[in-house]
Amino acid sequence: MKFAVVVFPGSNCDVDMYHAIKDELGEEVEYVWHDAESLDEFDAILLPGGFSYGDYLRSGAIARFANVMKAIRKAAEEGKPILGVCNGFQILLEAGLLPGAMRRNHSLTFICRSVALRVENNETMFTSMYEQGEVITIPIAHGEGNYYCDEKTLNQLIQNKQIVFRYEGENPNGSLEKIAGIMNEKGNVLGMMPHPERAVHELLGSTDGLKLFQSIVKYWREAHVVTA
Amino acid sequence: MYKVKVYVTLRENVLDPQGNAVKQSLHSLSYREVKDVRIGKFMELTIEKSERSIDELVRDMCEKLLANTVIEDYRYEIEEVVAP
Amino acid sequence: MSLLLEPSPTMIKEEKLYREMGLTDEEFAMIETILGRLPNYTETGIFSVMWSEHCSYKNSKPVLKKFPTEGKHVLQGPGEGAGIIDIGDGLAVAFKIESHNHPSAIEPYQGAATGVGGIIRDVFSMGARPIALLNSLRFGELTSPRVKYLFERVVAGIAGYGNCVGIPTVGGEVQFEPAYEGNPLVNAMCVGLIRHEDIQKGIASGIGNTVMYVGAKTGRDGIHGATFASGELTEQSEEKRPAVQVGDPFMEKLLLEACLEVIKSDALVGMQDMGAAGLTSSSAEMASKAGSGIELNLDLVPQRETGMTPYEMMLSESQERMLLVVKKGREQEICDIFAKYGLEAIAIGRVTDDQMLRLYYRGEIAAEIPVDALAKDAPVYHKPSKEPAYVREFETMEYVPTVDNYEETLLSLLAQPTIASKEWVYEQYDYMVRTNTVVPPGSDAAVVRIRGTNKALAMTTDCNSRYVYLNPETGGKIAVAEAARNIVCSGGKPLAVTDCLNFGNPEKPEIFWQLEKAVDGMSEACRVLETPVISGNVSLYNETNGEAIYPTPIVGMVGLIEDVKHITTQSFKRAGDLIYVIGEASCEFGGSELQKLLTGRIFGKAPTIDLEVEAKRQRQLLTAIRAGVVASAHDIAEGGFAVALAECVIGANGLGVKVILDGPIVSQLFSETQSRFIVSVPKEHQATFEQLVEAKQIGEVTEHPTLVIEHESGERIIHLPVSKLRSVWKGAIPCLLKSKG
Repeated sequence: MKFAVVVFPGSNCDVDMYHAIKDELGEEVEYVWHDAESLDEFDAILLPGGFSYGDYLRSGAIARFANVMKAIRKAAEEGKPILGVCNGFQILLEAGLLPGAMRRNHSLTFICRSVALRVENNETMFTSMYEQGEVITIPIAHGEGNYYCDEKTLNQLIQNKQIVFRYEGENPNGSLEKIAGIMNEKGNVLGMMPHPERAVHELLGSTDGLKLFQSIVKYWREAHVVTA
Repeated sequence: MYKVKVYVTLRENVLDPQGNAVKQSLHSLSYREVKDVRIGKFMELTIEKSERSIDELVRDMCEKLLANTVIEDYRYEIEEVVAP
Repeated sequence: MSLLLEPSPTMIKEEKLYREMGLTDEEFAMIETILGRLPNYTETGIFSVMWSEHCSYKNSKPVLKKFPTEGKHVLQGPGEGAGIIDIGDGLAVAFKIESHNHPSAIEPYQGAATGVGGIIRDVFSMGARPIALLNSLRFGELTSPRVKYLFERVVAGIAGYGNCVGIPTVGGEVQFEPAYEGNPLVNAMCVGLIRHEDIQKGIASGIGNTVMYVGAKTGRDGIHGATFASGELTEQSEEKRPAVQVGDPFMEKLLLEACLEVIKSDALVGMQDMGAAGLTSSSAEMASKAGSGIELNLDLVPQRETGMTPYEMMLSESQERMLLVVKKGREQEICDIFAKYGLEAIAIGRVTDDQMLRLYYRGEIAAEIPVDALAKDAPVYHKPSKEPAYVREFETMEYVPTVDNYEETLLSLLAQPTIASKEWVYEQYDYMVRTNTVVPPGSDAAVVRIRGTNKALAMTTDCNSRYVYLNPETGGKIAVAEAARNIVCSGGKPLAVTDCLNFGNPEKPEIFWQLEKAVDGMSEACRVLETPVISGNVSLYNETNGEAIYPTPIVGMVGLIEDVKHITTQSFKRAGDLIYVIGEASCEFGGSELQKLLTGRIFGKAPTIDLEVEAKRQRQLLTAIRAGVVASAHDIAEGGFAVALAECVIGANGLGVKVILDGPIVSQLFSETQSRFIVSVPKEHQATFEQLVEAKQIGEVTEHPTLVIEHESGERIIHLPVSKLRSVWKGAIPCLLKSKG
């Protein structure tokens, strides 16, 4: 299976994502520059964290116009797994691939710490290796992770089981309904503020993020056994 | 040439933590009269005249990039100026 | 035409305008001799910045020479962007610390942010990939609104810049003393990793090679232009510009990635950051180091504002700019690499053979100065030095505190901002990005693994300036020793030091004496502990209304952990582990946290230190850690044994501790006697540990989350739930920030 890590100017978790896939997951992975035309050769697309274009206007607002976004939309339509973490999530929101928007954290400060997450839906291509309701430890590191959407959208998210992760216990950023990660209706685009790629090795304090990537691989293998 | 002033603020129904923080400090400085503070962005654009209607052009920019209409409102003022 | 408004050479001399730029009459006379004529306005400005203390170290040079700077692992000592030390496997570590005190006092967010930006550029200009940031901060007491504002904004500035560039801020320290009320200290340290073959220097060699400019455009940032202009000139000159530079971390990130790619190209000859005195210092220093000259055409310099004069361009401190020297004919290769990152590299000059810095502006020569006169031959002053009266007085004072309630005293100490948890600070820093941070902020030293190897680096910054104030020589020794202690506790072997000497006005003999003595003490400690000084920075004139800060020589230290399995933290790990203390406490309370708590002042004798004893204990502890027999290690510092013990148990998940002490209780609990450690050891390793380390067993880690300290007489000294300790320790700083006042 071949992963793409999309690099925007100002991405800075690209290296972390790359090594999580290559060193810890043992799958094939390549960096893809923001001006790439096609993502056809990849089976899954990862949008890493960071500060694309400095996040100077709004987080993710400028990156959504990058050339590669056309290819990302195409991949989304084709049903390929697309994961946006932190700034990657913000970009997916700005691009309209996921509903809602981000506000500044409640505290108005950047927050970096490990938090507890509850897996709200384990019947997805990103979470099948977790137990339903499992509480996992994954770090967050963001200044704008306070998720917002209107009531109608929220009801849809709840009804369609699109809320994949919620913060367990304390709500670190004021996010609506403690939302930490959501997916699109089709279930192949996941955006989340916490960084699973930072929880893939004992030395880093947690390995709870590994199962997320393993779930993607499992989904892909199963899909390819069927189609082969 | 046009000078365009664009104001982007959080929508009325969206919590504005920055605005709240400023309101609190104003209150603590005993400006009790302050009922609400909304913080936003102010942008100044200098735009050349073109075929397209300036109003349409600015609205387009706001919708596409300058504001995120999921959480933000925008308004703008257009002033025609003589090119330097 | 603003050029025409500049004073003529004769005016500069007759009206002594050079004085406003900080040049003395003697220095101006020297310049006249060097040039064989009167300097014009641009040249006077260039000399004034290059001969400032900041660029030339003219006051501190004789003192800095005392530092040991050599060692078998040193690949690059002081003098380049950063020092470099070998760590084996073809890898090396580059690091440096630098101050940004005055900009941070004026505009704390941008001052701190640009401080971080500058130190990052120093490291990547050597060809090293920055892997970690640390910062050492000093503020007044957290009670005044001004101090709270400075503190909050400095932290936000460091976070805003470092987080965006994507370099983890993994450590540092923050202390609060009235002495820093009007003059906070913001010292930023950057650590980078480099392969030996990629090491590059800031040199402009190869006659005819091209000088290129890359990065942000030049604006009037950081120029104190307005103060130099005479009355009638100000009326016509443009509005006064802000002196504070604004940082652009996004530009920095692009520059960083592009420069690290450019390093791999053999078209590159040399590269240097345009830091203080921007274009002037980078061009003069690069030429001087190579024994060459440089010619620049200022019309080609990318400018952010219109109508900039040569004076303004040469003195601008606009951030995120680099100067490169590139092999002639291969400019396009370099341009292509930068273009990939959306940056434009522009040829602005060439390397010459006449050892002159020559500037062209609108077809005319705007300045012509020998490069060595700027970079190497700045005047050096041997300032008079005199022991301050207070030091003698303090040496004769005996201070023996009395404590009525040990439990309350411990809780009060844990709530002192200098001791309390700095979580409020470091949670704003992305300390995990790059996913190599093994020991995050909060332990003795931060630990960052080196991907692809089994090794890791331990890093820390330290300086208890109270001790340095009481006795600069002893305090200087302690600063180095404590940094080394923190490295050893984390399982590392101390490698080398970078220092940032923050002092008051060196023209006062008492201040210069503090500087001399502190450096003496640091130098001796560096020799004994075998940690040469490989880079550093000096920040003088840290005074408000004639009152100097405490002398604060910050020590940044990096150590090598040979195997990640040696990584050790301060928290107890398992119930039943035995607790040992290394070193005996004696009655030493001068400059202690307890003294400050009880009397509100700092006075008396600094704690003594025997460097040979220190070195031996560090050696033994490191041997035991490497032998795998140590579960946790923590040095005993501010607040003494009781505070250190509390810190060991606060971070331990659900565990408690019980120890039995002998001797005088107050000293045992709170004395700040040096060279001491608290270590926990699994029972099965007791024999080996005792063979390797001279230490005294005093108790055990328990499974009840309480901290129990008893006296051998049977007296119960302290019995407190860990949850209580933790909440006091964690809550102190957020609580102070929220309180009105």
